[in-house]
Amino acid sequence: MSDRRLFTRRIDLRKGHVELVHGAGGKASAQLFEELFRPAFSNPALDRGDDSACLTMEGGRIVVATDGHVVSPLFFPGGDIGSLAVHGTVNDLAMGGATPRHLTAGFILEEGFPFSDLKRIVDSMAAAAAEAGVTIVAGDTKVVERGKGDGIFITTTGLGILPADWPEPPGAHRARPGDVILVSGTLGDHGTTILAARDDLPLMAPIESDTAPLHGLVSALHAAAPGVRTLRDPTRGGFATAINEICRASGTGALVREPALPIRRPVEAACEILGVDPLYLANEGKLIAIVPPAEADAALAALKSHPLGADAAIVGEIVADEDCFVQVETVMGGRRMLDWLVGDPLPRIC
Amino acid sequence: MKYVDEFRDPAAARNLAASIRAEIHPDRDYRFMEFCGGHTHALCRFGLEDLLPGNIRMIHGPGCPVCVLPTGRLDMAISLALSHPDVILCTYGDLMRVPASKGDTLRGAKARGADIRMIYSPAQAVDIAAANPDRQVVFMAIGFETTTPPTAASILAAEAKRLTNFTVLCNHVLTPAAIDAIMTTADGATGAQLDGFIGPGNVSTIIGAEPYEAASETWHKPIVISGFEPNDLLQAILMLVRQVNRGETVVENAFARAVRPGGNTKAQDMCGRVFTIRNSFEWRGLGEIPGSALRLAPAYAAFDAEARFGIDYVSTPDHKACECAAILRGEKAPRECKVFATACTPEHPLGSCMVSPEGACAAHYLYGRFRKAPEPSPAAT
Amino acid sequence: MCLAIPAEVLSIDGELATVDLDGVQMPVSLALVDGVSPGDFVVVHVGYALTVIQPEEAEAQLALMRGAAMGDAT
Repeated sequence: MSDRRLFTRRIDLRKGHVELVHGAGGKASAQLFEELFRPAFSNPALDRGDDSACLTMEGGRIVVATDGHVVSPLFFPGGDIGSLAVHGTVNDLAMGGATPRHLTAGFILEEGFPFSDLKRIVDSMAAAAAEAGVTIVAGDTKVVERGKGDGIFITTTGLGILPADWPEPPGAHRARPGDVILVSGTLGDHGTTILAARDDLPLMAPIESDTAPLHGLVSALHAAAPGVRTLRDPTRGGFATAINEICRASGTGALVREPALPIRRPVEAACEILGVDPLYLANEGKLIAIVPPAEADAALAALKSHPLGADAAIVGEIVADEDCFVQVETVMGGRRMLDWLVGDPLPRIC
Repeated sequence: MKYVDEFRDPAAARNLAASIRAEIHPDRDYRFMEFCGGHTHALCRFGLEDLLPGNIRMIHGPGCPVCVLPTGRLDMAISLALSHPDVILCTYGDLMRVPASKGDTLRGAKARGADIRMIYSPAQAVDIAAANPDRQVVFMAIGFETTTPPTAASILAAEAKRLTNFTVLCNHVLTPAAIDAIMTTADGATGAQLDGFIGPGNVSTIIGAEPYEAASETWHKPIVISGFEPNDLLQAILMLVRQVNRGETVVENAFARAVRPGGNTKAQDMCGRVFTIRNSFEWRGLGEIPGSALRLAPAYAAFDAEARFGIDYVSTPDHKACECAAILRGEKAPRECKVFATACTPEHPLGSCMVSPEGACAAHYLYGRFRKAPEPSPAAT
Repeated sequence: MCLAIPAEVLSIDGELATVDLDGVQMPVSLALVDGVSPGDFVVVHVGYALTVIQPEEAEAQLALMRGAAMGDAT
C-alpha cells in the first residue's frame, strides 16, 4: 500500500512511537496516513487523499453530529476509545432518527504514544465503523508535545439521513404528560466499567462497557412505534441527567419506578462500594425512548426482540409538573427526587 | 448483596411501618434525630418519610464528617498543597468539592498545579509515599470513629516500612462529644425538643454501644444504634417509639450483626497508640467542642503534618446568610434557610450541609425538594 | 456518615483478604480484625475490614422484623 519511492522506511507499527513530525503536515504525516489510516479505513472518498470528501447523499434530510472523545483508560473491558469514538457519534445521529452514513475523524496524538496502541485503536474504529455501516471519509491528525495530551483524543463528526417516515425528527421537547418512558437495557454498565478499570481503584468486576451502535435498534423501535417522540442516549450524566434534560426541554415532569430500572447485580454492587449511583453513570449502548401510551407495549416488544434491547423495560411516565421535577417511586414504596448530576460522580467514603 | 438485600425487603418494611402506626400515640409528636449522615442519606434516598406517620419527625443531625469540617482546616490543606511543591496531598473524593475560604476548593487548587490525589483507602497514601521517596505525602484524614482506625493502621504501616515522608493532617472527630454539644446548645431548645436519637451504626462497630450510655442517662433520651439499610432504620424508629411510650431512656443496639459488646477492641487499641484527644476542636456549625477530636500522640509526632510543616489553624466564619450552624444542630430545617436552593445549591454550595450528599441540605435538595409543603421548624412546635 | 458494606471473604493472604460483593472483588486489609476466615462476611470501609458480621444476630433481627406486626417482640 505504501509508496516505496516516497517513503524509504516503513513506520514501525509494532515498536515505534508517535513523534511531533507525524503531525507536522509533511512527509511523515503523509506516511502515517498511507501506512496506518488509509489501509484501515479505506473507501473511495478517503482514498483520494484530499483534505475534503465530496459525497452524494440521497434519501432525505441531512443530520449532523459531532462528539469529542477522551477516556482513561484508553482500553477497557468491552471496548476502547476507538470503538467509543465511532459509537458516540453514530448514536448521536441515531437519537436524531437518522441512518448514519459517514464519519470524519480528528486525532490529537501525544508525542511518544506507541504506534502499536494507535494501530489497535484505529483497527477498532475501522471494525466499529464497518459494523455500523458507516465510512470514515476524511480526517486529520495533530501531534502535541509529550505531557500535553493524554495519549490520544479523537473527535468524530457524523453525517446521516433522516428517512421520510420521520415527519418530525424525535426531540426532547416533544415529550408530553402521559407518555411512557422506556430504557433499552441495563444502566450504568459503561461508567462502572471505567471507574473499576481506573488503576487507582482496586476493583475487579465482571462487567464490561455496553458501547454499541444503536441505529438498528432505533429502526426496529420506530417501525413498531411510529409515534415515538423522544430518543436520548444517556451517556455522561447517566439516565438521571438525560431524563431531567427531557423534562426541562418539554416543560414536563417524570415519575420513574425504581424497581423497574434494569441494573446488573455487579454494577449495583460496585456502585454500593464506591458510593456512586448507577443512574448517574454513563451508558454508551443504551437509549431512553419516550413514546405515546398507546404505542408503549409495541415499543417494548420491538426493543426486546432486538439483540441490543433484550433487557429493555418500561420504567415510568411523563407527568405534568411546572417545576420539571423527576420523581422516583423507591423500592421501599416511598418517593424521592432524581436530580441532575452535579459535578463528577466521585467515589466517596461517607 | 447478602446482609443488604434482606434489609431492603419492602414487605418487611410495610410490616414495620404498620407496627409503628399501630403503636404511636396519635395525640403527640415524636421528634427523633438521626445523628449519622448515612442515616439521613438512607431516609431520603429510599423515601422512608412516606412510610412514617406524620407525627414522627426525623431531624437530621451533624453526623457527616465533611459537613462538620471547619473551613479553616481545608484552608490548611490547600495552602500546604500549593506552597510546598514537594507535597503530594492525598484525600478522599468527598473533600474535593468542599468550599474553603474565598470559594476555593481542593479541586481548584489541583487545577492550579497542586499535586492533590484522590484515594479510596489510606493504604494507598502509604503506597504513594513508598513509591515517591523524594516527595512528602500528606494524608488529609477526616472521619468519625469508623474512619479513624484505618488511618491509625496506615500510620503503623508507614512506621513498619520506616517511611519518613508520610504524614497525616488529622481531622478525626468523636461522636459522643457531638451528641453532648447538641444537647447543650446556647438555648437548649433542640435538645429539650428531641425525644430520642438514632445512634451511629458504623461508628459503634468500633466503639461499641456503651459510650452513649452516659449521654442517654444524663439527658434522659433513648438512643437506638441502627444499621444503614431502610429496614434497620424503620426498626430503630419502632424501638424508639416503644421506649418513648414506656417512658424509658436506655441505649439499645439494633445493629447487633455488626456491633459487638465493647466494640472492636483491637481497633480501639491501635487508635489509642497512635492518637490522643485534642483539648478542643472546632466543628462547623457547633463551634469549639472540648475533647471532641484527635491528634497524633507524642510518640507519633513524626507523622503529624501540622508539626512537620508548622501549619496553624485559623478559624474562618461561615457565609453570613448560611444557616448551616442551626441546621447541623437540628434547630432549623434546610427550607428555612434563605439561601437554600437559591444562592446555595449542590453546584455552588455556600454551606457545608449542601456539599456532601449526606448533608442535611444536599439530601433535601437532591431527594426531597419536590415535597411542596413548607416544613415547620423541627425545634418549634 | 461512613460508607461501609458487608462483603464475603474469599481468601486470605497474611493481613490482606480478597472479598466479594455480588461478583465484584477487591482487596481488603484485615489489620483491624482478628480471627477472620474465608466464608465470613466483614464490614468494609475505606479498604479495611471493621468487624465480622454475626450471622445469628442478623437472623434474629430479620425474624424480629418479620414479626414486628405481631406486637412487641423485644
